[in-house]
Amino acid sequence: MPYEEKLRERFGPEAFTTSEFRDNRRVIVPRERIFDVLKCLKEECGFDMLAELTAVDYLYYPNARDRFGVIYGLLNTATSERVIVKTYLNEPDLTIPSAFSLWRGADWLEREVYDMYGIIFDGHPDLRRILMPQEFTAFPLRKDYPLRGRGERHNFPVITRAES
Amino acid sequence: MAVKVPENVIVTSLDWVANWVRANSLWPMPFATACCGIELMATGASRHDLARFGAEVMRFTPRQCDLMIVAGRVVMKMLPVLQRIWLQMPEPKWCISMGACASSGGVFDTYAVVQGVDRFIPVDAYTPGCPPRPEQLIQSIIDLQAKIKATGTAFGREFKTRTEYDGPKPLALETLPAQTVVAPGDFTTATRQHD
Repeated sequence: MPYEEKLRERFGPEAFTTSEFRDNRRVIVPRERIFDVLKCLKEECGFDMLAELTAVDYLYYPNARDRFGVIYGLLNTATSERVIVKTYLNEPDLTIPSAFSLWRGADWLEREVYDMYGIIFDGHPDLRRILMPQEFTAFPLRKDYPLRGRGERHNFPVITRAES
Repeated sequence: MAVKVPENVIVTSLDWVANWVRANSLWPMPFATACCGIELMATGASRHDLARFGAEVMRFTPRQCDLMIVAGRVVMKMLPVLQRIWLQMPEPKWCISMGACASSGGVFDTYAVVQGVDRFIPVDAYTPGCPPRPEQLIQSIIDLQAKIKATGTAFGREFKTRTEYDGPKPLALETLPAQTVVAPGDFTTATRQHD
């Protein structure tokens, strides 16, 4: 892969690991280098589109060493080449540099990951909840969040017929 | 004692007239949030023709409606809006909870979906089904007409007696009060303007 040679030449052979499943190519980067690797992929390897940005909670996952994974799906629109960039985060420091300055499309994707997992994107211009109400206090896609919630949806005033 | 009544004059009670008029001109507020809304549209359309029951005038403002049809699931963010729309409807007003989701949450027992709108607003008739066929909704409207004719009063005295919560009892599986997270916000802050 040309991007892989480029990354090795730029960051050294030990800076990241790769894995492959059929035509699904992944680059696994430590959190400290994620922004530089994304920047190199965008500016020097032609991955000009951030197709996807999501996260995974590996709590209770067999043989998992890290709590959260943040996953970037990049697309080179000239060659239709795709690469998946992964990085791992652990509590209590769930901060990762924002990719907003590279791809404007990261705006809402990062807000959604923040809303559902509580991962803080450092440098995001407007990191608010995007789907859940602002008053919501938990992160519902974390695996330690109960399936039925913590009673937030029962907490509304009851209107009786006589008073309405 | 016989009273001589002129021709074309009939004597009746005010309640009966009010009920007769109200039951046969229900103007629905279509609060359609999901697939039940499609069946609600089919109910109003020509094949099923809700106009046969005087309820075809769907008004998209609550101020001109007297029957709220909650069609579809209601999530946490939508419930304050639902409550505000219900409060904006003028008296007398009734509410039909259409379909499994509006009545009980349906299959959506998740962190965000309210488990039945009757927990937070008063409901007069429930329509079962997922989604209900138009015939079922029409049956609910016929039942509601019967309810209005049986219990209605000209000045809405029957509403004043419903001072208690008349929704379902909480499920045993619900979160214990000690584990409940209390999040602020209600229908007074429904539009949720944030900085």
